[in-house]
Amino acid sequence: MTTPTTTGVPETLPAAAPPVSQPPHPLVEFWYHFRQNKGAMAGLAVILLIAVVALFAELVAPHDPNIQYRDAILVPPVWQEGGRWAFLLGTDDIGRDMLSRLIFGARLSMMIGLIVVTLSLAVGLALGMIAGFFGGVTDALVMRFMDILLSLPSLLLAVVVAAILGPGLVNAMLAVSIVVIPHYARLTRAAVMAEASKDYVVASRVAGAGPLRLMLVVILPNCVAPLIVQATLGFSTAILDAAALGFLGLGAQPPTPEWGTMLASSLQFLQRAPWVVTWPGVAILVTVLAFNLLGDGLRDALDPKLKR
Amino acid sequence: MLRFILTRVSLVIPTFLGVTFLTFLLIRLVPGDPIEVRVGERGIPPERLLELRHELGLDRPLWQQFLDYIGGVLQGDLGVSLVTRNSVFSEFVTLFPATLELAALAMLFATVVGLPAGIIAAVRRGSVFDHGVMGISLTGYSMPIFWWGLLLILFFSVGLGWTPVSGRLDLLYYVEPVTGFMLIDTLMAGEYGAFWSALHHLILPMIVLGTVPLAVVARMTRSAMLEVLGEDYIRTAKAKGLAGKRVIGLHALRNALIPVVTVIGLQVGTLLGGAILTETIFSWPGVGKWLIESINRRDYPALQGGVLLIATTVMTVNLLVDVLYGVLNPRIRHSR
Repeated sequence: MTTPTTTGVPETLPAAAPPVSQPPHPLVEFWYHFRQNKGAMAGLAVILLIAVVALFAELVAPHDPNIQYRDAILVPPVWQEGGRWAFLLGTDDIGRDMLSRLIFGARLSMMIGLIVVTLSLAVGLALGMIAGFFGGVTDALVMRFMDILLSLPSLLLAVVVAAILGPGLVNAMLAVSIVVIPHYARLTRAAVMAEASKDYVVASRVAGAGPLRLMLVVILPNCVAPLIVQATLGFSTAILDAAALGFLGLGAQPPTPEWGTMLASSLQFLQRAPWVVTWPGVAILVTVLAFNLLGDGLRDALDPKLKR
Repeated sequence: MLRFILTRVSLVIPTFLGVTFLTFLLIRLVPGDPIEVRVGERGIPPERLLELRHELGLDRPLWQQFLDYIGGVLQGDLGVSLVTRNSVFSEFVTLFPATLELAALAMLFATVVGLPAGIIAAVRRGSVFDHGVMGISLTGYSMPIFWWGLLLILFFSVGLGWTPVSGRLDLLYYVEPVTGFMLIDTLMAGEYGAFWSALHHLILPMIVLGTVPLAVVARMTRSAMLEVLGEDYIRTAKAKGLAGKRVIGLHALRNALIPVVTVIGLQVGTLLGGAILTETIFSWPGVGKWLIESINRRDYPALQGGVLLIATTVMTVNLLVDVLYGVLNPRIRHSR
């Protein structure tokens, strides 16, 4: 009660001292750099658009994605001869509206990205922190295991895991998550090792902070930047690999409107009705490209060493 | 030098053992008893099942089975395909040259296009060309290659009729496989028509499989060149009055190439993974298509052996790149 407090000082300080130019808040500075990257801004805009469409798919989609219009089989897009305004991007081989299926597919792809990134980030982060923080035998064991996973081409590993677990959307997500864990683990480990010997960490250790506090409260916030970038790029890997698994018949199964699965199930109409194959591919490409643009922009804005 | 190489090799051995263990577990993680999977729906009397389990060593402890498996692997015995009854190793070796030929050409394509594109983009930083190269390569990097292959088939094979849709060679020709590399075999047989046919069949798959590596090579070359071009010795070379082309070609490129070569080496995994999709689209008779077919036919020994052999290939190439990097760059060699 009687100990002197410093609460009164800030109120009197600004009046006494002349106004000093303060460095901008880190977020403000980040936004300033990020905004200048046109590609990244375009990527962000596309992702926000896709996210909104995915979220409100029921409201945005003109039709139910699974309703089969028997009188409208393989109708071309509206600007081609024979196109109908009711089906802007055409219909597939059993008369389902392409646009509506793509919109519901966007929901699936965003969900795949979110779940895969969350799962792999959580596991990779934990493994990387443990390896980097404890070092020694723990580090060697964890990282050798990561090396084993990395020695297999990522798509091959995903294919094998999906083959073991059996085809299906959930298993495909699990497979892709497992495949990308080593990237997060390596990144986290490197960042943790770089931070762990710094003075502020040593100071907290001396002050008596336990390993959990050191890892999660002291070190982690300073390793976040590369992980944010990797997680953003992880969205594109997840969407791409899940679509590839769908294409190979090991991912989501028909009639799920997953983009890769849609592509595979209409392959035989490639010549007669190119649009059934074109649109899902365009959707995958645009989404993945947007996430890659955003990831690149985030890296440039978050990494001071690369700033011009 | 020898010590450096030995250290690197010794680091790979536990990884190899780990991969072997993983592929060993693979067949045991698959739902269903291996023998029941093998006999299918006909069923099998219980006493015969026990007999078979004993014959195949499935009733012994797991670690003994693993030791047997490793012993077999080291002698090239990867078991027998459930479908064809051929040795998995010999099936893989027969099909692998097709994949290798495709992958090598894809990498050649990626390097021949990507390297100059990256160099010019770096030299003309900020120009329209630079933005174009970066935009295209990011698009290539984001490309779902299975869809890209279909588009190319639709346009060049179906629309224009320039290239064949699938396979390695026209049915008109038959060339006795000697090396397994179609381009070499046709030339050795003196069948020039067949050589052109083989080349024609290679173009589209090569582009499809080379797209992602092309993007990676172009981006890497550009950033490596940009880094090198900012160095003091480049300024010195320019200040000495050397011609711009000489500075770029001799001083900058040689130093920028080290990370680029590494990245090219590390694309082997991407290529072999991408081969699964590319070969499936183009009905290319290589190991990628074979693996997918093995999964669909539940031919687990084939899948197991194929995965192990591909992983071994990737590990070997990565090791070679690693060692080569040490040879090229003494700083790496001595830092460990």
